[in-house]
Amino acid sequence: MSITIKFFASLKERVGKSVAELDASSDLTTLKVWQATTGKDTLDSNILISINMEYVDSQHVVIDGDEVAFFPPVTGG
Amino acid sequence: MLIEVTDKTIDAWTVIKDYEGSHKELAGKHGANVVFLGRMRDFNESDSIAEMELEHYPGMTEKYLDGIAKQAMQQWDIMDVLIVHRVGQIKLADTIVLVAVWATHRAHAYEANQFIMEDLKSKAPFWKKETLADGETRWVEKNTPGKVSR
Repeated sequence: MSITIKFFASLKERVGKSVAELDASSDLTTLKVWQATTGKDTLDSNILISINMEYVDSQHVVIDGDEVAFFPPVTGG
Repeated sequence: MLIEVTDKTIDAWTVIKDYEGSHKELAGKHGANVVFLGRMRDFNESDSIAEMELEHYPGMTEKYLDGIAKQAMQQWDIMDVLIVHRVGQIKLADTIVLVAVWATHRAHAYEANQFIMEDLKSKAPFWKKETLADGETRWVEKNTPGKVSR
């Protein structure tokens, strides 16, 4: 299973990359994707998560081909 | 309905004039056009701000704005919605966001416009990075509340 992961804004600078790819053999939650791609155990509660450009929570399970994104609180407008 | 994310300067009144020019169904039918413009200030949290950069999530941002506009069209008795949001390098006093709502009467237009702005400010994936007057840069961590506390 192949997943694309994107990071934005301050989070991109914190983890040191904007895009990552992950190959996994079993079902993963977005939290597991975060841990596998950043090496960090915990995911701060204010970090926003999306799958295929829709908001999800940290327990949402990803499937093959998904685009997962992690980003800080939004500040547009 | 028009949703646009642009790295070009937003001339709000021209955008509205052009939109109304190409949407003749609005002419003579709406009694209210509520327009909100968000502009770039030269200060934030007691610091002088020189300029700003706005990042977004291409694809998701447009999708989210489209969803807000459609939700507003369903929840209020309004005729049309236009949202234009700037990204990239922003200069002082530039328009960052334009939200325009057309309706038969003002009450629905006012409420729908505020709903769109508050949802955009709390959920639409945009991020501001400020450059202070001394050259230091920093990410804006959160938006201010949109409701007046009395």
